[in-house]
Amino acid sequence: MAKISLIVNGNPVKDNIDPRTLLVQFLRENLRLTGTHVGCDTSQCGACVVHLDGKAVKSCTTLAVMADGHEIRTIEGLAADGAPLHPMQEAFREHHGLQCGFCTPGMIMTAVDMVHRKGHDLSDHTIREELEGNLCRCTGYQNIVLSIAAGAKAMANSDLA
Amino acid sequence: MYDFKYHRPATVRQAANLLLKNEDAKVIAGGHTLLPVMKQRLASPPHLVDLSHIEGLDGIEMKGRSLVIGATARHADVASSAIVGEAIPALAELAGLIGDPAVRHRGTIGGSLANNDPTADYPAACLALGATIVTNKRRLKPEEFFQGLFTTALASDEIITRVMFPVPKKAAYVKFRNQASRYALVGVFVAKRPSDVRVAVTGAGSEGVFRVTAFEEALKKRFSHKMLDGLTVPAQGLNSDLHGSAEYRAHLIAVLARRAVEAATGKA
Repeated sequence: MAKISLIVNGNPVKDNIDPRTLLVQFLRENLRLTGTHVGCDTSQCGACVVHLDGKAVKSCTTLAVMADGHEIRTIEGLAADGAPLHPMQEAFREHHGLQCGFCTPGMIMTAVDMVHRKGHDLSDHTIREELEGNLCRCTGYQNIVLSIAAGAKAMANSDLA
Repeated sequence: MYDFKYHRPATVRQAANLLLKNEDAKVIAGGHTLLPVMKQRLASPPHLVDLSHIEGLDGIEMKGRSLVIGATARHADVASSAIVGEAIPALAELAGLIGDPAVRHRGTIGGSLANNDPTADYPAACLALGATIVTNKRRLKPEEFFQGLFTTALASDEIITRVMFPVPKKAAYVKFRNQASRYALVGVFVAKRPSDVRVAVTGAGSEGVFRVTAFEEALKKRFSHKMLDGLTVPAQGLNSDLHGSAEYRAHLIAVLARRAVEAATGKA
């Protein structure tokens, strides 16, 4: 067993876990944060994307012990319960950037990371290139790209990063 | 994944001792190759030695005429580093072509080299630029370090600490991606160095990364894509699989080498 202590969505968390535990398993099964999904489980699809110290990573290919001492943010941490949605979430709702919704949490976490790195004015080309590691098998991406472009702009005028 | 004991050394020396003491222990840094194979139970190391908490192992700096990149520097850090972009822009570009943004936030240069995947990008850069791979024990030239598919000169308790790239006069990397895996079906790194020209190919060789000396000799006379007119690479010894025949890969090597020289000379 391995003792870990980390910050998840702003809250300190301590646990004693099997070192084999993947970060995504730890989030979903130990912390019951089930917004982060397991899609392919092989670091291809991006349904499991969370932020580790502010950077998008695939939590299916990260051991929970490797997150010890670090800060994790999941889709649940974008906006407080009951508060208005994060601008990127709102943009996905407004522009219908989803069909089944399975890839959506990963798409949104990737999109927020994209804005942090590439700014608020994202071209379609940039968005599509940056979505290399996020697969959607429903939409054909058109509305996802629209949503991210709109969400990126909206984030410029929001208190939520 | 099978059970293992997790170790988190604070220094390279501690990490090497852990490797020496624990048979079949494996080093982990970003984990983006090792964890997938452990999940598939293709690897089952009883001990994992995590390098990611060793301080000072991920630095990027200029030392004289060499760019020095620490072993645990992540692909995203190399891709976005102003130092790399200034010294060897082709290397920054190469790092930005690995995997996807989330993968680049975890994967490391040392991990990529130690794995020596025959379709990985960094080995081509090391071979073309004439890098020196520095370990806790010695300094290795790429020709000594890369020893075939997924095989390197690293001893079981040897750890890459940094990679030193002499700054070339001109360089470029062109990658033709497998449409499904996005790994290099063929990737060609061309470097015009003060004394010679090197052309290194990844993705195509059945023994991993290799140099095309016929192209190098032609380009040494004059560093122009026109010097490659009519030159070809034999298909013999190249990979042939469902993604492409050896002949197709041979064709791609000539095309990509030409494009790489064009890019390096600003003609692309």
